[in-house]
Amino acid sequence: MAEVKSVLMVGVGGQGTILASNVLSEGLLKSGYDVKMSEVHGMSQRGGSVNTQIRFGEKVYSPVIEMGAADVIVAFEKMEAVRWLNYLKKGGTVIVNTVEIPPLSVLIGKEEYPKDLLEILKSNAHTIAVEADKIAEGLGNVRAQNIVLLGVLVKHLGLMNIDWEEVIRNNVPKKYIDLNIQAFRKGLELN
Amino acid sequence: MKKVMLGDEAVARGAYEYGVTFAAAYPGTPSTEILENIAQYKEIYSEWAPNEKVAVEAAIGASIAGARSLAAMKHVGLNVAADPLFTFAYTGVNGGCVIVTADDPGMHSSQNEQDNRYYAKFAKIPMLEPSDSQECKDFVGIALDISEKYDTPVLLRLTTRVAHGKGVVELGERKPVEMKPYKKDIPKYVMVPANAQKRHVVVEERLKVLEELTEKIEINRIEWGGRDIGIITSGISYLYVKEVFGDEVSVLKLGMTYPLPSKLIRKFAESVKKLYVVEELEPYIEEHVRALGIEVIGKELIPRIGELNPGIIRKAIKKEELPHVSVEVKVPGRPPMLCAGCPHRGVFYVLRKKRVPVLGDIGCYTLGAAPPLEAIDTCICMGASISGSHGFQKAIEHSGRKQKIFSVIGDSTFFHSGITGLIDIVYNKGNAVPIILDNRITAMTGHQHNPGTGKTLMGEDAPEIDIAKLSEAIGVKRVRVVNPFKLKEIEDAVDEAMNTDDTMVIIAKGPCALIPPKPQGECKIDQEKCKKCGMCLRIGCPAISKKDGIFSIDPDQCTGCTVCQQVCPFDAIECVSHRGEVK
Repeated sequence: MAEVKSVLMVGVGGQGTILASNVLSEGLLKSGYDVKMSEVHGMSQRGGSVNTQIRFGEKVYSPVIEMGAADVIVAFEKMEAVRWLNYLKKGGTVIVNTVEIPPLSVLIGKEEYPKDLLEILKSNAHTIAVEADKIAEGLGNVRAQNIVLLGVLVKHLGLMNIDWEEVIRNNVPKKYIDLNIQAFRKGLELN
Repeated sequence: MKKVMLGDEAVARGAYEYGVTFAAAYPGTPSTEILENIAQYKEIYSEWAPNEKVAVEAAIGASIAGARSLAAMKHVGLNVAADPLFTFAYTGVNGGCVIVTADDPGMHSSQNEQDNRYYAKFAKIPMLEPSDSQECKDFVGIALDISEKYDTPVLLRLTTRVAHGKGVVELGERKPVEMKPYKKDIPKYVMVPANAQKRHVVVEERLKVLEELTEKIEINRIEWGGRDIGIITSGISYLYVKEVFGDEVSVLKLGMTYPLPSKLIRKFAESVKKLYVVEELEPYIEEHVRALGIEVIGKELIPRIGELNPGIIRKAIKKEELPHVSVEVKVPGRPPMLCAGCPHRGVFYVLRKKRVPVLGDIGCYTLGAAPPLEAIDTCICMGASISGSHGFQKAIEHSGRKQKIFSVIGDSTFFHSGITGLIDIVYNKGNAVPIILDNRITAMTGHQHNPGTGKTLMGEDAPEIDIAKLSEAIGVKRVRVVNPFKLKEIEDAVDEAMNTDDTMVIIAKGPCALIPPKPQGECKIDQEKCKKCGMCLRIGCPAISKKDGIFSIDPDQCTGCTVCQQVCPFDAIECVSHRGEVK
């Protein structure tokens, strides 16, 4: 168990970043890592830009990731990936859900949703683009997109020796367990 | 057993393990989860108080009765509760009492970023500052012991990144603590001048004893590393310092930050070549170090505005930055916004249309100031809408003009501190018009119960306080209850208010869109009838968008509230409402 790894999850309030990070941290703790996380609650959750920061290793101090320190950015929305890109370490990876959620200024036609975001990401960082929303929709519920992305992340980090399905069972309501386990498996297959 | 816990959750666990039996709070980010988690422990009686002053006073009562008690609040909540706190410092406790303040540097969800460490010094009570979740739990126990041993309330100060940071916590068993016997003691508990004058002497003597404690308490410790640089720090800043420097530097880690350990600081300063203080917000520790005559570098390098993070400290002291990816693309901002189906939208639309001054308050509805609604003029503090509108109206009237002034306030905020403002209007014969946005929940902080919801924190049924009857009982002449999803009803009430000198309250009563079950309904734009006038965009609904000249409504977000239908001048929006009927 060597150096500390930092994962930055970014998205839009309501997309399920906190659940995904809860599952991740519980799994990491079970396999013996020290874990620290930082979340933002309150006003920004009302459709605003949100982030959850997870750091794990043998001994972790800061729960907050500084600019240039994220090994992986998991973006639940495309524009958010670009907004947070300078938190990525040189040589780091972006896992991006290709969904576009327009902010109010775009909804009311004051600004345009930026084009070519995926190209910008790809030219600046190792980028894994995932249609997590569509995959989750295919499984019956778009809300499971967070767990699809978690599957992709777990595979990327090589954390396959942890019993993730058990952790998922402990963290989601009973009637959504199957859906989320399927979503997780889909995520693993993708990467 | 180990568990990953929020700092707030760990404070709750500490309350459980160290024998607290009474806890009260008013919800406020980032402190809300403390009481939400305490409520899971049936061994503790817990409640949402109507405001922080009441919460602290109730905790004081429980302490005097002999119980270990706790009250929690966000930083600005302690302003509300300052009155009882300062005199509780004089009376001291019976059962141990911890007051938790959760500050919000960076103002993630607050109206200011005051540094509440000064409250400890001001009220002359000991203060502990945990750095992570494990310390959050442990420090509750230490605080309760100090409280009982030194007969004083203790301030436990968190910040957002501690309260909403998560870390590993080793869980323990609950230690049963016997309730202390209550003995009537008038000189100690009745703070009339003759008694208070004597108690102030006790407070000053207590401080001297606490100054000895802070020199030897384990949570104030030196971690020796390189001696070229020494850093004094506390709370979350300690973790950032360790992140950046590891063992390169020596660190004086302060867990007890009032009183500060002058001798320990002097010893540390003498042992290092260059001394820094790294702390968020105000130069609280730095001022003390300077007052000791010790040379130190602090706020000239470390910002006093906003949060710190390891990157800021690295840049300030090491003059380094981590290499990072940088892109020159500017993406549109994504501020928070009122939800689709929010009952506040219609009220703001009408108020905006009337072009009247509207004094706002603290809650989701502060988002009514954002474009395109831009319907409110002020946001100061809990309750300041109604009282502010009264002063605004009186000042205008006194200058010889006449103008109707409105205010908007949520149900929970009204119970918190809006009622006294309404009494002011009635008593002083004002006629500013409060609009109470009654969505039957404390929405902004994540849906906590309040005196209007009919449920307590512990899940029991409770009487629902009727805001209309309460207003009438205070003496308001006209009380109008309107459906906030019907613009005509809102507009009629607003027009009535504009044309009367009677005192009037409008209650816009409709449930928060996020309370389950999700309202079922849908509105659609008929593209043939749509004249692309853009009226529907002026209500600022996240479900409505304009793309490539086409207006449309996202069926996944739409709740069928019908506000867009009511503003469309061309009858181009069809709605199936939540209740299933075609409108």
